[in-house]
Amino acid sequence: MPHTLAEKVWADHVVRSADGEPDLLYIDLHLLHEVTSPQAFDGLRNAGRPVRRPDLTIATEDHNTPTLEIDKPIADPVSRLQIETLRKNCADFGVRIHSLGDAQQGIVHVVGPQLGLTQPGMTVVCGDSHTSTHGAFGALAFGIGTSEVEHVLATQTLPLKPFKTMAVTVTGELAEGVTAKDVVLAVIAQIGTGGGQGYVIEYRGAAVEKLSMEGRMTVCNMSIEAGARAGMIAPDETTFAYLKGRAHAPAGADWDAAVAYWKTLRTDDGAGFDAEVVIDGDALTPYVTWGTNPGQGLPLSASVPDPETDFEAEVDKTAARKALEYMGLRAGTPLREIRVDTVFLGSCTNGRLEDLRAAAAVIKGRKVADGVRMLVVPGSARVRLEAEAEGLHEVFTAAGAEWRFAGCSMCLGMNPDQLAPGERSASTSNRNFEGRQGKGGRTHLVSPLVAAATAVTGTLSSPSDLAA
Amino acid sequence: MEKFKTHTGRALPLRRSNVDTDQIIPAVYLKRITRTGFEDGLFAAWRADPEFILNSEDYQGVSVLVAGPDFGTGSSREHAVWALRDYGFKVVLSARFADIFRGNSAKDGLLTAVLKQEDIEILWKLVEENPELEVTVDLEAREVRVEGHVFTFEVDDYTRWRLLEGLDDISLTLRHGEDIDGFEQKRPGFKPKTLPAAV
Repeated sequence: MPHTLAEKVWADHVVRSADGEPDLLYIDLHLLHEVTSPQAFDGLRNAGRPVRRPDLTIATEDHNTPTLEIDKPIADPVSRLQIETLRKNCADFGVRIHSLGDAQQGIVHVVGPQLGLTQPGMTVVCGDSHTSTHGAFGALAFGIGTSEVEHVLATQTLPLKPFKTMAVTVTGELAEGVTAKDVVLAVIAQIGTGGGQGYVIEYRGAAVEKLSMEGRMTVCNMSIEAGARAGMIAPDETTFAYLKGRAHAPAGADWDAAVAYWKTLRTDDGAGFDAEVVIDGDALTPYVTWGTNPGQGLPLSASVPDPETDFEAEVDKTAARKALEYMGLRAGTPLREIRVDTVFLGSCTNGRLEDLRAAAAVIKGRKVADGVRMLVVPGSARVRLEAEAEGLHEVFTAAGAEWRFAGCSMCLGMNPDQLAPGERSASTSNRNFEGRQGKGGRTHLVSPLVAAATAVTGTLSSPSDLAA
Repeated sequence: MEKFKTHTGRALPLRRSNVDTDQIIPAVYLKRITRTGFEDGLFAAWRADPEFILNSEDYQGVSVLVAGPDFGTGSSREHAVWALRDYGFKVVLSARFADIFRGNSAKDGLLTAVLKQEDIEILWKLVEENPELEVTVDLEAREVRVEGHVFTFEVDDYTRWRLLEGLDDISLTLRHGEDIDGFEQKRPGFKPKTLPAAV
């Protein structure tokens, strides 16, 4: 019987299956960070349980960490306690940790792939919904809650009901200036924030196959924003080339055995999906969000929609009304006329080297507009080092942007990098929820190219709007 | 975990869709390392507005939340469940829940029951007209009962059984330790390990 990619990876990890019960699924890699793990370690301690497989577990510090003066103690005592608690828990339970100041520290979803720990056909979990990022390698990767973190620490398994499968096919070829971020914003705008609920999405089609690994990670990262538990892309030569030679990638005979297995990880001809969506890649243009959930997005060339005439369902009208009120926008305003105060380039969605390169190429020789601040926050310490080796930091600082240390930063504002009430950002992150980047802050989600162009003009823009 | 069979309490009508977990509890409240005491963070940004329904005198002491579709989207933070639970909510009713939130709820004894949106609309109307109305949520019968109305709700059999029995997942899984041992022995050798660290 033909199977989908997701079904194959699932089947290869079933420890136990019984009627009327969820499957018990084995977890190949468990990623930890400071925010969703302390209560899980406490639970282990209270029950006298060890971490079953420290050798399949790795921790890093990212959500709370400052992006300035990282050599000094963390100023916020509550953040400091959470970081210190993670360090102590890792020491007590024998878990590897990459702490602030370590060259491997960074956003957990940037760290796993760059170490070569994320590989095709694995099950990967983390107490963070953007674990879906790792699906770019053909892994089944999904976010879990703290109780499940404790469950995985104790048993290296999770009881789970099988997900449904959805194919999202992006046909054709992306035009110049259209990125992986625009693809996924368009997907979410089309299917809605609940459209993927209960599904694992497999992204396929010519436009997806052409994406780099980093672009694929951007697409899979935001699967959760469509409500999907995970996003996956079948591994191919692009995947293998990315992995080869990485610190934890297989080597020698193991490499050959691994690649032989990885090549089987494709959806079989004739396998059925529970749902299918097709996106015309040729027609895509840069996308931005106008509202307060990631499904409220439109092409940059469009105008702010009218809640009364542009929506049919009453719940959508109400949501749009509330969104416009919160965002301080008027229906009919061209999106290109929206003025921003802050540009944030970073996050597990768009904080990798290619993202920084793309933005730097736009901003090189130009200046950040008066009254706009631009924060550039590499996704990991390693990304920062690699960017500096290419001189990207000088491009950004010469333009007037701030070059920061690695972490989640303004994506969720748990550290001091926040929007002030009423401030508006163009952000390469993943969520435009009310208050996400700081209480009262207003977020427009954009690609790195749009972020850079917006920094230059001060209003939502794409590179094509800039004078040559 | 406490057993959940049936719950009767007053209900809060929350006429909003896409209530994401950043709204349920903003990130600044996630820095604690304890598992309780999150009630002050519940809907913190909205509660700053005196007009927000949870601030109304009429709805003090509520324990059943009646929300719009796509409740609990976004971040996986289980703190969202802890905040609802610590505030005193025992049940959330919605036409659609985000997966991770729903899974987290089941771990902490918070019942998430899926009702038809038309039934949610009726409930909203009833409890807006009379905030004193008592709503009964019966997990054994899979029913919500209020003022002569009976609405059936969806919850999967396994979650229902676990809630009814008050069972904890880790102990259930550890009963199958031999299956896990057996699986580990067959795992391919090329699968990566984090230890020893290669960098």
